[in-house]
Amino acid sequence: MEAVLFFIAAIGALGGAIGVIALRNPFYGVLALIAHLFSLAVLFLLLTAAFVAAAQVVVYAGAVMVLYVFVVAYVGGGTESAWEPIPGQRFLAPLLGIALFVELAVAVLSSSLLALGHDGPHVNPGFGDPAAIGYLLLEKFLIPFEASSMLLMLAAVGAIVLAARRDPGEGAARGSSEHSSEAPAERSEDPLAAPAHAGGAPS
Amino acid sequence: MSIEWYVVLSALLFATGAMGILIRRSPVVILLCLELMLNAGNLALVAFSRMVGNQQGQVFALVVMVIAACEVVVGLGLIVAIFRRRLPLDIDELRELRG
Repeated sequence: MEAVLFFIAAIGALGGAIGVIALRNPFYGVLALIAHLFSLAVLFLLLTAAFVAAAQVVVYAGAVMVLYVFVVAYVGGGTESAWEPIPGQRFLAPLLGIALFVELAVAVLSSSLLALGHDGPHVNPGFGDPAAIGYLLLEKFLIPFEASSMLLMLAAVGAIVLAARRDPGEGAARGSSEHSSEAPAERSEDPLAAPAHAGGAPS
Repeated sequence: MSIEWYVVLSALLFATGAMGILIRRSPVVILLCLELMLNAGNLALVAFSRMVGNQQGQVFALVVMVIAACEVVVGLGLIVAIFRRRLPLDIDELRELRG
């Protein structure tokens, strides 16, 4: 039963991964990644990591993927050009990927990892449930927990700074008087200011 | 179910994500492939945690998920900024830094 579930979830995860790299439309790629994440959550449940599986479904497949869907809907699909800066890149890349997999598999399977036991040790029923993970997070790993929350806040602030709507052309197109006084100060600290492309007002 | 199956599957997913990064050109899809690689690392972490019988590996997996969320937020912010400035969303054309 466990083997059947593992193979179903493994095929789902692998199919989702191949869908992400093979589908032309990025929107379908996001959907394939959601399928991949759900399959991974099943694998986490098989590994008795209930809280990680729940966080995977709720946070990852829920919130993060919604962000992806919004951005894909905003920037549009777009077609990838057939121009190749490196000749033969389409053929070299799968070869390198297969070589990487063979190398990783050999490195893992030829190590002393097999001596650790096949099914893993017997664990008590509370292994990996939210209470146990919560104790670990808030007692033993309190500093990393706070550091990661700080990192999340910094990332949110950074994303706001990066994606804020403050193009010089945008301010001129809007033409409002209260923005005209502060527009030059904002323009000077714009890290991504591209003067050659700032002519047209963005959509 | 033997643990090394999980590790080999994790290696396979990681190689798939790396191949996607090498093949694709759209920054959005490259971020998706980065997610694939981070999730492969997560699977290996949880598998090793189960193999050792210690829950601390699952805490590592949660921290990796936080890192992935930060990477997504900053990466998508960059993509939105590129799109706003009407630059091409193609990593082979955004090569001004390369000289």
